[in-house]
Formats: sequence, C-alpha cells, structure tokens
Amino acid sequence: MAHSQTMHIHEAGSGDPEATAREQEYRSLLRKFWFAALISIPVVLTAYPEFVPFLREQSDTTLRLIWAFDALLALPVMLWSGLHFFTGAWQAFRHHSANMNTLIAVGTGAAWLYSVAAITVPSAFPEGTAEPFFDVVAVVIALVVLGQALEIRAKGRTSEAIRKLLDLQAKTARVIRNGSEQEIPVEEVAVGDIVIVRPGEQIPVDGIVIEGRSSIDESMITGEPIPVEKNADDEVIGSTLNKTGVFKFYASRVGKDTALAQIVKLVQQAQGTRPPIARLADVVSGYFVPAVLIIAIAAFLVWFNLGPDPRLTFALVAAVTTLIIACPCALGLATPMSVMVGVGKSAEHGVLIRNGEALQKATKLDTIVLDKTGTVTKGRPELTDIVSASGESQNEILRLVASAEWGSEHPLADAIVQGAQARGLDVVEPDTFDAIPGHGIEAVVEGRTVLLGNRRLMKRASVNIASLLAQAEQLEQDGKTVMFLALANDAVGTPQAAGLVAVADTVKEDSVTAIQALQKLGLEVVMLTGDNQRTAEAIARHVGITRVLADVLPEQKTAEISRLQAEGRAVGMVGDGINDAPALAQSDVGFAIGTGTDVAIEAAAITLVGGSLRGVVIAIETSRATMRNIKENLFGAFVYNSLGIPVAAGLLYPFFGLLLSPLIAGAAMAFSSVTVVSNANRLRRFRPRFSQA
Amino acid sequence: MTTTQLLVNGVGLALIAWIVWYFWLYQKQSVAVAEVAGVQDVRVQVKGGYDPDRIVVKAGRPVRFHFYREEEGACSEMVVFDGLDKSATLPAYEETTLELTPATAGEYNFQCQMGMLRGTLVVE
Repeated sequence: MAHSQTMHIHEAGSGDPEATAREQEYRSLLRKFWFAALISIPVVLTAYPEFVPFLREQSDTTLRLIWAFDALLALPVMLWSGLHFFTGAWQAFRHHSANMNTLIAVGTGAAWLYSVAAITVPSAFPEGTAEPFFDVVAVVIALVVLGQALEIRAKGRTSEAIRKLLDLQAKTARVIRNGSEQEIPVEEVAVGDIVIVRPGEQIPVDGIVIEGRSSIDESMITGEPIPVEKNADDEVIGSTLNKTGVFKFYASRVGKDTALAQIVKLVQQAQGTRPPIARLADVVSGYFVPAVLIIAIAAFLVWFNLGPDPRLTFALVAAVTTLIIACPCALGLATPMSVMVGVGKSAEHGVLIRNGEALQKATKLDTIVLDKTGTVTKGRPELTDIVSASGESQNEILRLVASAEWGSEHPLADAIVQGAQARGLDVVEPDTFDAIPGHGIEAVVEGRTVLLGNRRLMKRASVNIASLLAQAEQLEQDGKTVMFLALANDAVGTPQAAGLVAVADTVKEDSVTAIQALQKLGLEVVMLTGDNQRTAEAIARHVGITRVLADVLPEQKTAEISRLQAEGRAVGMVGDGINDAPALAQSDVGFAIGTGTDVAIEAAAITLVGGSLRGVVIAIETSRATMRNIKENLFGAFVYNSLGIPVAAGLLYPFFGLLLSPLIAGAAMAFSSVTVVSNANRLRRFRPRFSQA
Repeated sequence: MTTTQLLVNGVGLALIAWIVWYFWLYQKQSVAVAEVAGVQDVRVQVKGGYDPDRIVVKAGRPVRFHFYREEEGACSEMVVFDGLDKSATLPAYEETTLELTPATAGEYNFQCQMGMLRGTLVVE
C-alpha cells in the first residue's frame, strides 16, 4: 500500500489512475452517444411522416407498425445508452433523494410509455393526441450523454494544475553511498543520504547544503523568478532546478514529507472545499429536483384542464420538456470547477490557499497588516553606527556588545556579532545572559554588567539616557534601529549610559511595488512592528505606507489586529507563520510568508512559499478572479433554470404562443453544464499582475 | 368535470403530495456509530448514494470513515465534507479511509463534488 501511494505521487501523466478512469468514462459515453445518435435518425424521420415523401402515403396501420418498430429501437437507447440515468435515479430514489438522473429518467420514460400506449390503444386517447414521441426519447438521451462526455473532457482540463505539480517531481537522484556515486530512483532516497547535484539537474528531494554552492531556480515552487544563491547550511527544495554549480546536500525530507508532496496534498484538499457562497446553491439544489417534478405535474394539470386541444398532447409535452430542461448540474458544478482552477492557478505561483472560505474572505479584505522585519524588510540587519559616550573606543564598545550578544538568536544580535567579526575583534562569551522580550538583553561580560536594548529597557533599569537621545533620534530618522548601551564597571553597580549601536535592515526590492499594487487594489496597508515609532515611520515612508503601529510587543500583536477589526475592517495579516501564528489566526485572513519547505502551516489561511510580498498581491488577485468566475457561473445557472423551466412549462404560451420543443430542451440542458465547466476553464487563462510568464 | 378529468387531477395532486412527503418531509433513519478503541468507525458504501447517509457521532472524538466506492461514474469520485474542510478522492472499487474529529455539535453535510449524492453527519 505504501509503495502504490508513492507511485501515485511519482507517475503523473501516464499512470495517473484518475486520468485513466476519466478517459475510459469519456470513451464509453461517446460510444453511447453515437449509438443513440444513429438510432435517432430513423426514429426522427418516422416521427414526422407528413414531411417524408415515402411515409406520407402510408396507411395508418403501416405507420403504426413503423412506430412499433421505433418503440423497439428506442429500447436499447434507453437501456444501454441511457442506462445510468435509470439506475442512478433508482439509487437516489432509494435514498429519498432526486437528482439529474431522476429528471431524465422520468422524462424519457414517461415519453416512451405514453408513445407505446398511443400506438397500441389509440382509441383510448382523445382526438389527435395519440402520437408517438420516440424521437424525444432517442434524441434527448443522445444529447444529454454527449453533454456528459464533453463535461468530463472539460473537467479533465481543470485538474491540470495538480498534474503539473506532480510532473515537477524528479525521477532519479544521485546519491553517495559507501563512498561511490549511484543513480537511484527518487523513491529510494532515504533521510540522511548525501545527494550530489550537477548543473542543469533537478534537485530530487528536500535537504540542506553541505558542500559547494550554486544558484537555483525555485520559481516552480515559490513563484520567485530570480534564481536564489545557496551556500552551505542553506535549505534546498526538491523539484527545483539547479543552474550553474555542483553541490552536495543532506537529504532531510523525502517521499510524502517533501515540500512538493505537501503542496500537492494541500492543493488537493483545498480543491475539494467550497466557499461560503456555494452553500446557498447547495441549499437550493437540495430542493431543486423534487420542485421541478412538482412543477412538471402542475404544468400537466394546467394544460390538461385549461389548455387548447389537443390538450393531452400539450400537457404531456409541457411536462416532459420541463423535466428535461431543468439542469441541477449547472448549479452543482458552478463552484467546484472554478475553485479547482483558482486554487490550482495560485499554487503555480507559490501561493497556497487553504480552502474555499479563505478564498472568499480574501476578496473582502480592505486592510493588510505587514509585520516589518522579515516581511517588508529582508530580516538581515547590518551594523551601521557605533556611538561612544563613555570614553571607551568604538571598537571596545562593539567588542563588549558583541560578546554580550554572543548567545542570542535575535537577528539584531547577528548583525552586531558579524560587525564585530568583520573588524577582527576579540569577542568572548558572556558570563551570564538574559534576554527580555520587547526590551533587550542584560548580560555580564568580563565581570561588567552590560545592558543593551531600547528605551523601555533603560527606563526599567533607571538609566539616564538624556545625553544620547538627540543622536538616537537622528539615526532613527534615517530608518535605523538604535540600541542604547549601558555599562557598569562591575557586576553589581548601576550601569551608566555608555553609547549607541545602530543597525539597519534593508527593505526587500519588491516590497515597494507590491505595496503600491495592494493600494491600487483598494487595500490600506498598515505596518506593524516592535521597533520604535521613528524608525518604523522612516521605513514606512520609504515603501509608501502611511499608517504605522510601532512599539508593539510580541504579545500585543493579536490585540492590535483585534483593534483594527473593531474599527469595522476586514484585516489580512502577513507575517512569519510560526512567531506570528496567534496574530495570523486572529486576522480575517492570515498570510504566512516565506515558509520555504515548512508548507503546512496551520494558522495560515494562505501560505506564501516564497518570501516576496508580491505573493499577497497574487493571492488577492486570483481570489477575486475566482470569485468573479464563481458568481458568473452561479448567475448563469440560476438564470438558465429560472427562465428555462417556466418557458418549458408553457408560461409564454398564453402571451406569445411560444412553446419549447423537448428536443431543443434536451440540447439546452446538455450544453448548459458544459458551458459552466468551459467558463471555469476560462479562468485558467487569468494572469496575475506579477506572474513571470 | 368528467370522470377522466377527476381521475387525472386526483392522481396529479396525490402525486404532488407524495413527492413533498417522500423527498422533503421524510425523516431519514440515523445510524449511530459505535466507538472502537477510541475511534468512531463507520463503513459507507458509495453507489448512487451513500449507505448509510445519516450518521450520528459524538463531538470531540475522532471519526474514521471507510468509503467503499462500488461504481465508476465520475460523479462520485470525490467526497466533500463541507464545514469541516475535509475531502477525499475515492478511487473506484477501492476502500478509502478519511479521518476527522468534529469539534462542535451540529449537522454537517457531505456530498459528492457536484452535489448529486448527499449525506448528513450529525454530531452530538
């Protein structure tokens, strides 16, 4: 069982079981169509003897014999070409439910029975009503079967996205085992294997680079068109394309744990969900078919009681036409097809929408909150300034500060430590270290207390920083993050203000264009950060954001989102999937950005595999296009049925003398569901603003 | 009104009444699911409909569905639990397992993608 599961993910085009099943069903339906179509020819001809030269002259008895023959011809059409209508109707009936099969089965069945009675006991019928309707039986079944075949064809195209994803999977891998290089099928790669990749090859599984470097095209997974540089300790994603270098990596995730496998699973799940708008259609379609049955009977009675002669014929034709023209399928298909295409399309750009509800909610957003560090900016700050106010040299300040930050995992600490190492300073391990979230750090380095952090930290420790404020403000207006330093001469005395350390985090290149695009889409973009107001505003000015929520402690982020929502806004939040999880969950739609291989983030309604803000733009544009498509389909289906059914029942007859022929009704019904699926397919051609094709 | 007319109208109206009762008013029988080793296990046959189509389970406890699809028509190839965000592809003539844990009580519909086959999951 496990083996076949891997095979399912591995063999895309040729061995995909669903595609083969669909192909078989398509061919079977086509065969049934041709059979029914062929039989329709003689049946239709003999149904209108007054138009056919040879038949015009035949006597009544001969005609009746010919029609009896028609009855026999129509049987295999009903019982072979149209068998699934009757069995389907029966199965549904047993479950106290009725669907499209019920309508076709009852409609054609009633027509056949009436016709048989009409030719065997014509005297029992009022004048002029003893006509056969075998042509209706044969032609309607032929048309509806054809419509179903075309529908299957079109459905196959809508699930193209998953097949495209599956096709990305590499087939083989080159591993180094027992000292030698072997080429093995990708299913045999195990966690821990050392894999070697050459230029132009596909990376087979997820892993971490251990030797070498290269530039990798990750666009098929992350949607980012620019190749990414990878060095030792960098993550690589299976199915991406290696460009120029040779490198070795340690396989960390294989088989169904790889990012690609997780993406496929997410997309498959999402394609099965329904946005809230579909629930209305579901409720309606639950009542739909029995309602049509009732309308058909009511129409029959009205014509029978009040209609012109031959009233029995009119009554039957009206009833049968009503049954045939009603199309519950259009209602049922309207949403799933569009969702499949929309979700698949955004996945192609590295945007993973979790479900239909997220899709619909994304279209209603009016505010986007961006976490600053790592979302608007690269998240890799660099040391820019050192200010000394205590007589110590700049290098000494830096050395102490870097030593204090030695064990810290904060990106600001990284910047400082790297800055110190770049100057060749002798950095040591601190004696003690304590990180205070939202404030800074407190450490003891070489026996001296070192405090490094923001104004809050200084206030907490009662350090007077008045002398540093002017310079700090100047640096902050340049968009830098400033940390105040307080030093003591030993581990017990009160620290005194000693200087400033400033770092700057560069803004991502595409942040500006992405933010502008969001604003053009009508969304207000808000920046949220733990940084101080001045720095935050400087960065905001740079990227075009006017509203800034600064000095926000990590645990306050969720409350800020709630406050915005209390203003009546529909808020989308873009942030780190793990650290910002509560805030993402609080927002109306949470976007987890830059997940890399950690694709299945629970808190996020939408996952952006790549780190670019353009992903948010793509997500919103695709959602809007998909919802528009769904509404078109639903509208079409509603309008079709609301107009078709009354007209078929004969509503226009008293006013315009307009009646629908059952044959035309059959054609209309068959093609209405094909129209819905084709319209969904139109969505495949939608191009988001930032797609790279 | 002639006898024929009376008869036809009578049958017509009776038919309408019967349709209203049979398809809309009829209360389906529920199947309560027993818990086996902490999991509520239920087997559902998929053939023109779901058998059983009204399943009662307890909230907060895991439920394991075994769907056995005994037909080929493209219609029933997916089962979708709306409101619970779960769906599964059902290969023909195979058993497919789907697990979920409904947290809140209520009635949840499950259906094929197009809505032709329907069922209800009642969570108590």
